[in-house]
Amino acid sequence: MHIMEGYLPLTWCIIWFVISLAVVAFGIYQIKKIVDETPESKALLAVSGAFMFILSSLKLPSVTGSCSHPCGNGLGAALFGPAVTAVLATIVLLFQALLLAHGGLTTLGANIFSMGIVGPVVAWLVYKGLTKANISSTIAIFFAAFLGDLLTYVATSFQLAFAFPAPTFAGALTNFLTIFAVTQIPLAIGEGILTVIIWDRLKAYKPKLLDKLGALAPNEA
Amino acid sequence: MKTSTLIILAVVCIILFVAPLIMFSGHGEDDGYFGGADDAAGEAIEKTGFEPWFSSIWEPPSGEIESLLFALQAAIGAIIIGYFFGYWRGQGKEE
Repeated sequence: MHIMEGYLPLTWCIIWFVISLAVVAFGIYQIKKIVDETPESKALLAVSGAFMFILSSLKLPSVTGSCSHPCGNGLGAALFGPAVTAVLATIVLLFQALLLAHGGLTTLGANIFSMGIVGPVVAWLVYKGLTKANISSTIAIFFAAFLGDLLTYVATSFQLAFAFPAPTFAGALTNFLTIFAVTQIPLAIGEGILTVIIWDRLKAYKPKLLDKLGALAPNEA
Repeated sequence: MKTSTLIILAVVCIILFVAPLIMFSGHGEDDGYFGGADDAAGEAIEKTGFEPWFSSIWEPPSGEIESLLFALQAAIGAIIIGYFFGYWRGQGKEE
């Protein structure tokens, strides 16, 4: 879902940067608060970031015959909310932009917006909605991770269609959605499953902490 | 979840990612298979006549170095998760 370095007109780079910086700043503030209130969640924060690190380094083949990578942003969003996940995504994206020439510094704001904000917001809403309805958190995390991953790529397609509405906005959007979102469907299912496995272990090892963070369904607490 | 459920899930996951390799067996990058979606989007953008106006300040000098750095990225993540999961497992179930 990386928009490559230099592939976005300057105006759009600035717009996405402004939005993303505001959310990341709020995320840093939230992390400070979480760490002060529940110091034991530091390790969980590290695990959420590490999960994104692994998943976004795996370029997986898709049934469309092209390769893309999962994002891993559903886990952090379900545990800590979207703003904190935006901070974790920023770390991952900086690593990839500086060392791997994947994504870029000019497009960093746009990439944070899709992977660190849209995806996590969707995942967080789905997760909270399902757990509030007393659906098992394990099932909820599957759909949160699946949709968070998929919508990250839908967001990238929209960002590109906004910047390059040629020949028409709808035409460009279809084109980018075919490239990104269709490829992503099987990968998003895979990400959902991987997140479920991690989640299941977290629930076994740290049930109290998850409850304290308000990350379980009411009947599981 | 039962261990067997976890194993089934892991197998489903593996099938999901191996299936494309079987479906397009014999095809490679030269016939347009298994390229990156990011690059495909880059090409679509260039078709509109847009020229990238900034290039990466540093690029991995070769595919080998690139895979080294990708492996490093995955390893950093795996070490952190492995460390904490091992630690928590050792702590035993919380009372």
